[in-house]
Amino acid sequence: MPSILAPWTIKRELQTKSEAETDPEYGYKPEERPFPDMLRFGIINLDKPPGPSSHEVAAWVRRILGVKQAGHGGTLEI
Amino acid sequence: MALEDATKVVHALLDSGKEYVCVMKLHKELPENKVREVLGLFQGKIFQRPPVRASVKRQVRVRKIYYLDVLEVDGRNVLFKVGCEAGTYIRKLCHDVGEILGCGAHMYELRRIRSGPFTEASGIVTLHDIAYMHSMWQETKDPAILRKFIQPMEKALELLPKIYVRDSAVNALCHGAHLTAPGVVMLETDIQVRSKICILTLKGEAIALATAISTTQEILKKNHGIVARNDRVLMPRGLYPKLWRSKQQQSS
Repeated sequence: MPSILAPWTIKRELQTKSEAETDPEYGYKPEERPFPDMLRFGIINLDKPPGPSSHEVAAWVRRILGVKQAGHGGTLEI
Repeated sequence: MALEDATKVVHALLDSGKEYVCVMKLHKELPENKVREVLGLFQGKIFQRPPVRASVKRQVRVRKIYYLDVLEVDGRNVLFKVGCEAGTYIRKLCHDVGEILGCGAHMYELRRIRSGPFTEASGIVTLHDIAYMHSMWQETKDPAILRKFIQPMEKALELLPKIYVRDSAVNALCHGAHLTAPGVVMLETDIQVRSKICILTLKGEAIALATAISTTQEILKKNHGIVARNDRVLMPRGLYPKLWRSKQQQSS
């Protein structure tokens, strides 16, 4: 059976449809988001310890960072 | 773990492909070539019925196994690495391998090493790291410290095909408008109809998650009309100003 390509191996190229520039006046490059927005639109790649539940871990992260909301993107259920 | 407004990207991650390293224990020792042969059957598309403790409907469904590499066979222990579609139960896979081999087998240990674009090499941190770096940041107030463990939400959308739009199209998209051809500046190849895509500004900020209704080639040629349906707005309104006029204003 021919193997199916894993999504992270697919390489795509960028094609230009029209020329345009972006005004530095509004928005930020994601890597340059200033402090409050950096947290507000941020993601943490967390190696979750095996003991506590994902909800507990999310609550800890919320408490440590002082954010109101933190959702987990899926953890292993063994 | 997505913070505050970034939680909107979480469902894109749940659907993404995964990679695991797994230790399976056979219930009887068997020749290595036989073990490898049977595990080789589990590549490409397989059938699975979710286990009782799953929170999904328990019907048989097809899952894609992108690859399965047997790393080591040591007596009854089998170490392997597998890349698969979201919602693949590795525990069930081990059980089924045991059935085919005849002796039975079970999953002994599992570690996920990839979820979509995130791997163990993608700035992974522990709770201790977070607590430590956060207290360092509180002392020094240096944002570079936060950036060591907080990544922009765009990272979660890395594997989605992308369409970049001009500044004047951003505000309308933030209000839920669908994407039209004139707004498109650049786009990735190989976008198909019904592909899930991400719409971004020219600075690389995520604006919305969308579903393409034209292919890359069609979008390059079209000068008007909707090219993608806006499914989920990610960017708050007001970040980019209103640079479009409503029909009433245009005709007056």
